[in-house]
Amino acid sequence: MTAGRTARRVVVTGVGAVAAGGVGREAFWERIVGGRPAIRRITRFDPSRYRSRIAAEADFDPLAAGLTPREIRRNGRFAQFALAAAAEALADSGLRTEAEDTDRFGVCLGTAVGATVTLEDEYVVASDGGRHWEVSPDHGMPFLHRAMHPSSAAAELSLRHGLHGPSSVVSTGCTSGVDAIGCAFRTLSDGEADVMLAGASEAPISPVTVACFDAIRATTAFTGDPELTPAPFDARRDGFVLGEGGAVLVLEELEHARARGASVYCEVRGWDNRTGAYHMTGLRPDGYELSEAIISAMSEAGIAPEQLDWISAHGSGTVQSDRYETAAYKRALGEYARKVPVSSVKSVIGHCLGAAGALEMAACALAVRRGVIPPTANLLRPDPRCDLDYTPVLARERRVRHALSVACGLGGFQSAMVFSAPEPDPEREAEA
Amino acid sequence: MTTRAVISGLGVVAPTGVGARPYWRATVAGRNGIRPIGRPDASRSPVVLAGEVTGFDAARFIDDELRAETDRWTWFALAAAEMALADAALRPADHPPFHLSVVTSSGSGGNESGQRETHALWARQPGEAGAHQSIAWFHAAGAAQISIRHGLTGGCGVVAADGAGGLDALKHAWRRLRRGGKAVIVGGTEAPLSPFALACQSTLPTVHRGTDPERAYLPFSPHASGFVPGEGGALVVLEEKAHAAERGVRGYAELLGHAATHDAHHHTAPAADGVQLARAVTTALEQAGRAPEDVDVVFADGAGDPAGDAAEAAALRRVFGDRLAQVPVTVPKAGVGRLTSGAGALDAVTAALALRTGIVPPTRGGDAGAARERYGLRLVTRWTRPERLTTAVVLARGTGGFNSAVVLGSLDADSSY
Repeated sequence: MTAGRTARRVVVTGVGAVAAGGVGREAFWERIVGGRPAIRRITRFDPSRYRSRIAAEADFDPLAAGLTPREIRRNGRFAQFALAAAAEALADSGLRTEAEDTDRFGVCLGTAVGATVTLEDEYVVASDGGRHWEVSPDHGMPFLHRAMHPSSAAAELSLRHGLHGPSSVVSTGCTSGVDAIGCAFRTLSDGEADVMLAGASEAPISPVTVACFDAIRATTAFTGDPELTPAPFDARRDGFVLGEGGAVLVLEELEHARARGASVYCEVRGWDNRTGAYHMTGLRPDGYELSEAIISAMSEAGIAPEQLDWISAHGSGTVQSDRYETAAYKRALGEYARKVPVSSVKSVIGHCLGAAGALEMAACALAVRRGVIPPTANLLRPDPRCDLDYTPVLARERRVRHALSVACGLGGFQSAMVFSAPEPDPEREAEA
Repeated sequence: MTTRAVISGLGVVAPTGVGARPYWRATVAGRNGIRPIGRPDASRSPVVLAGEVTGFDAARFIDDELRAETDRWTWFALAAAEMALADAALRPADHPPFHLSVVTSSGSGGNESGQRETHALWARQPGEAGAHQSIAWFHAAGAAQISIRHGLTGGCGVVAADGAGGLDALKHAWRRLRRGGKAVIVGGTEAPLSPFALACQSTLPTVHRGTDPERAYLPFSPHASGFVPGEGGALVVLEEKAHAAERGVRGYAELLGHAATHDAHHHTAPAADGVQLARAVTTALEQAGRAPEDVDVVFADGAGDPAGDAAEAAALRRVFGDRLAQVPVTVPKAGVGRLTSGAGALDAVTAALALRTGIVPPTRGGDAGAARERYGLRLVTRWTRPERLTTAVVLARGTGGFNSAVVLGSLDADSSY
């Protein structure tokens, strides 16, 4: 595959996040660095008849997040997360959209299941609690078409901020977040825009989604103290914990960011994905496709394995996927796989499906800036087949010059992205 | 560095025909695929007419087990992928790993399977769903199933931008070729005619609620009264030009440009000034290295409601200026309805076939006089064979303000298709 740096470079200049245990960037960062899982018995509905009964629920108040009553009414919970995270990221970036060329300012948002919560709630009413397959047309809430189309969330972001650049949703399941940010990265490096709101959001904690993951036995059946799970890479892990939330990054072409003196978190250096083409829920044991995605992303970034300071893992806590991922690191990084610290942010905020990759990239941006890597919570007794340094329990101070973030998804989707610490601006250096 | 990309294979599942040839014949003849929904579970639907795919035997393409595990929208995608690969004479097994990929556009995912899962859950008890049915409604399921069936390991992309997504998928696929991929199965399908999906669409003010298939979806007509939803779509093989040539495959058309913009105007209505839609067209033309004067035909989005049609006409006037009255504009989707993600993909196929055959297909039910008078457009209402047919522009819009435009260029013409 083609290697080498693209001519136009892309940096992160703003971060916004909504997650369990932390609404807002600072609360999110504190929570994941503290390493205390934000997991509880599901409160959004009565989970007692389900196999998996715990989740990472966000205590999110859309009014407090600045959404108008009208925006709240016409946007499902996942879109509300995106609106809140985008507003925070924009404010963080210091960009004023009215001063920007909005033709060159776009949106790329990831989500795996979109407005499922709204659709399910409305279906229950329209079908009279599942009594009628042919639903009554008289019950539809006025915005059901929007709920049916997750792209309405990207449209809402463009509308809210008056952005006329390319706008779309990426929905590659659990790799949606990485792929949406990757898509924005390409849009910028190809010269089709100068700034992108890029991220992902998810609100999957509804009966139907919980039941679907029960059916494929991907989620945990753990019934003890909720904070003792998920346990990625630990011998006692038994599945992921469903989470909700969202993160949006401001991605900006480097010269555009420099021209306005923006503060840069990190540079996006490489992205790629591969597909297992094997099974909807099964993975080959050797980590082959994920390792190829990693190799390709690192090759685009021009980074050697030894240069990596941190891996933000997929680390969902399923038996299969944690092993697959471990094998992929060994294949892609060789001996160095044993030396680079790896962490699972999902151990604290659960698996937010499509949003996971975006939240983990928000974590990467913050780790690069702050020189701290968050831990993998609940990792006390590693699975003998998961034999890398997973940063158990405690955060570490560490200078992060280059970070890798990965995502694995149902259907065999594997994505990888490489970030680097910002290089000093030569002009500003000269002035100093 | 630009990577040249050609459409080297076509797969179509449309209300007027399954397979590119039957679809093309029906389209040139101006046949109408819009009719009362025949599904047995549509009796309570406020939307009576649709472009329903009726001549589709899913069992011809998909075995019983896989059919049970997948949604109707994925059936369309699996069938279209199979036809496109066969048409391109591309056997994935002959190619090295990671050279081939799949990118789909999916606006609303697995509507019927989503309703079924929800229905089963509320009507009965959880735990009854089969494992694979339970994830059939995810938007990524279609692309994943195609990758598994054909061993496409180069990566999957799934994009949604309501009705514009089918064209955006082509851009994503093109990027894959630029990064070293050799061919991508790309396009979009949609299956939004299950009961709850129809209820969702009926919340749009622009959906047509009448009962006369001949007067239902009439883009640029004075009688325009909304759009008719449809199902189906298309997948194509987008292939690196040199790779196709080495295999001795001629292809249908070359992908020359794509651009997407957003109105940021209103959550359902398009911007009346057409500024951003026009910018999508001019940007795609710039990328293609073509001028507005080079454009031989426009495959319009054709909203089918007065405001949407006026906005598109305004956009085209911005692009073509005084020459607009000379540019043939056609809306072949008038014969199939609006297929959301399938729309842009199917229009790209139609445009590719036009470039290959030299024939511009008509706007079924179109009124050329009224379109000229009202919108200043030269609407094609009977198939024509213009003197020159080398550059086609395809437009697609999505509810919420999405605009996309694609420029396709002819390869060598072949009127024998």
